[in-house]
Order: sequence, then C-alpha cells, then structure tokens
Amino acid sequence: MKPRPFDYIRPDTVEEALAALAEYGDDARILAGGQSLVPMLNLRLIEAAALIDISQIAALDVIRESDGKIEIGAAVTQNKLLAWPALAQKLPLVAAALPYVGHFQTRNKGTVCGSIAHADPSSELPLALAVLGGEVVLKSQRGGRVLAAADFHKDMLTTALAADEMVTAVRFPKANGAANGQRRGVAFREVARRHGDFAIIAVAAVAEDKNTVRLGVGGMAGRPVVRRIASNKAADAIAADLASWAGELEGYEDLHASAAMRRDLFRNLGPRVIEEAMR
Amino acid sequence: MKRLKRGERVRVSLNLNGRKLAAEAEPRTLLCDFLRYALGATGTHVGCEHGVCGACTVLIDGVATRSCLTLAVQAEGHEVKTVESLAGADGVLNPLQQAFRDNHALQCGFCTPGILMSFTDYLARNPHASEADIRDVLSGHLCRCTGYAGIVAAIKQAAAGVNGLIEVTQPSRSFPRKRESR
Repeated sequence: MKPRPFDYIRPDTVEEALAALAEYGDDARILAGGQSLVPMLNLRLIEAAALIDISQIAALDVIRESDGKIEIGAAVTQNKLLAWPALAQKLPLVAAALPYVGHFQTRNKGTVCGSIAHADPSSELPLALAVLGGEVVLKSQRGGRVLAAADFHKDMLTTALAADEMVTAVRFPKANGAANGQRRGVAFREVARRHGDFAIIAVAAVAEDKNTVRLGVGGMAGRPVVRRIASNKAADAIAADLASWAGELEGYEDLHASAAMRRDLFRNLGPRVIEEAMR
Repeated sequence: MKRLKRGERVRVSLNLNGRKLAAEAEPRTLLCDFLRYALGATGTHVGCEHGVCGACTVLIDGVATRSCLTLAVQAEGHEVKTVESLAGADGVLNPLQQAFRDNHALQCGFCTPGILMSFTDYLARNPHASEADIRDVLSGHLCRCTGYAGIVAAIKQAAAGVNGLIEVTQPSRSFPRKRESR
C-alpha cells in the first residue's frame, strides 16, 4: 500500500528539527533511516501529519568517544557503525549483535538510534543498550535530558519520549575488557524464523567480573529484561536459576512462537550465552 | 530547511543511470513509484512495499537501498542506479548478469533486478565474498520461485572474477525515458 499524505520537512540543523517538532508535536514523526517508520506508513498502521527528515543533519552523523562512552548520533546508519574500525574492540557486544539487525540492504539506511527509538521488544539494539547499561540523549526546545536505557524503554513500541522531544544520540559504555586487554567477555545469540527477521528471542551477556554476568533477554516481555547472574556456580545450578527466571517472565504469544516455546528457548540459549561470555 | 505541504507537487530532479532527469512528485510518493510511473524506468520491481522482499532495491549514491522505503523527495539531487544501468549500451550483459544467465539464476525474474543491484553494491565493497557472505546478503531478498541455488552459484561465479568486475558506469540505451507525470 501507499502512505497517507503528510507534510515533509527536512531541517539542516538540530535546532530547526526541534522547532518543527514543537510546531507539530505528537502528529509529527522523526524520519531517519525509515526502515521501520516507512513500512508502518506504507501499511497504514500509523499516520503522521508530518515527517521530519533528520538524515541530512551533519551534526547527527557522528560517532565519538567521551568519558568512557561511545556516543552514536541519530543519523548514523547501522552499516556505518558496523564499518567503524574500533567497533569490535570498544563495543564488542554491539559488534556481535549488529549483523542480526535486518539485512545488509536495510542496514545501509536504518539507523542505530532509530532502532532504539522504535522500541520493538525483540530487536537487537535496545537489548544491547539495556545489557550494557547505556543511555539515550533526548532534546527538545525546552532543553535536553539523558535517560538510562531502562528508563527510556517503557513497553512494546513505547518510550519515555515526550511529544516535542527527539533522540539525538545514544551512548554505549566502552567495554572494560578491551581497556584492560582482557578477554572479550560478551556473547549474543538469537533465534529467528529467518536470518534478519525480528528475533523470537534474543539473549545477550556481558561479563562484569570473574563471578558475575549481566544477562539480558529480548522478546520475552514488552522491553528487554536484564538481570545480574552469578556465573561461578556449577552448570546445573545456573540452569536452575535461569529456569526459575524463565518461569517469572511471561513471554508472549504470537504466530511465530508460544510463550512456552519462548521460555524453552531462553532456558536453552541462556546457559550457552553465559558460558560464551565467561570464556 | 526544506518544507513541503501534503499533496503539494514538487519537481524532483535526480541523476538516473547517468542522466539528469526531473518529474513531479508529492511528499508521499515512494521512490520506486517515482522511478516507474514518473520516469518510466520499469526495471525496478515493486513487491511487498514494506522492505522485506528486496525486489525494489536500487543504488542511491552507490549504496543498495530499498526504493519502497525511500521517498522520491529524499532522492532529490542524488545519483540513483537501477538494473537498466547494468548492461552495456550495445545490450551486452555485464559479468554479474551474464553469470545469472549462465547459471539459470532466474525463473520468473521478478526478484532479479533487486538482487543484481544488491550484489552490485556488495561485491564492489567485498570482491572476495564467501558463499556464507553471499547467502547472508541474499537473505535480504525473496525469490518466490525458490531458485536460490542457481542465484548463489551465479553470484559465486561473479565474485570469483577480478576486482571491478561489475562496472556500472555505462548509461543504458532504452531506459529511462523522461515522461510527463500524470
């Protein structure tokens, strides 16, 4: 299908984008890569009075490092980040997760921030941001604020964004292991119908130290869920911990998988991901 | 700042396969429809219209992009290449197209233009792609005839050639023709 009519605004600066947002409020949508937004417009799942195209704002097309964090601007595409030479060393979990985001062709346009702002509960980048304890940078004409991933992602396709706010960047903490020259300490796995589809479930882990991992799962709730798990136990004790956690997670039913299947997949993938991250 | 009202018809000019062309579009006009209906370049096929099937894939500034997820107004001033750019002016197939013919890599041919454009970009960046790489990129396309084995064989044959194998610099002879928009 074709989208319903909308106004098209292409600002050259963040300030112009914020002015347009203030004018249209909730009726406007930010267009960056368009790989989630335009399908929804084409299918008429959503309607927008205006699209504010931020893809040409040079100030947002920047990857920079400051304060032990890697900041990725809202116009940076997934393939641009994937091609960033320092990615595997500084953000090994993101390097492991990114190839699962859509396809080569959609990563050419799809943005890192767009995927996080879209907040699909089974998508990979919100999970990586949650497990790493990253932040989302929001701006409006009223000012700016920085939210922790857990405060930004509220529920399925729902975030803390106010009507006049936009995501200008996300920040991932730089890997410790890389700084200390230690092991990689991360793992990412997912199960999907086909490669590039949204995950039925996705599991990510980051080793905090020799005894603990932060384990996150996507696709089991309205947003990524993260827990600290003691990894210095016998394998069957870890499996028992995950099995009881899986029982608490509701999971959800859709045409791809039942909640019971999702819990089963989590019980299977979880221990492998922990083992891989601790290796 | 560029500002267009809904329904407003504006002139969109772009470089299509080496030719500068212009026609009218509304803000909501998708690039795939602009190419086909306004410019008459019907080599680009439109399948699912939500980015899944890959039939509409074109190159924008050399980068493989879903033209059904791109607005025509976003391509203003950019360089767009479609399947019509691949064969030489004399109609001779380029090596990637020839490999498709050699390996019987198309049956109905609906998905073929998109696959050719994806791999024009991908093989230019990764000339020594492995079969696993090829299958990974091919996952962004659907062939409803399920002829994937032939497609993989064709792309492997093309990738086994030398660098710069798939030059797409020659404009096509027959397309696109500029057509007045309706």
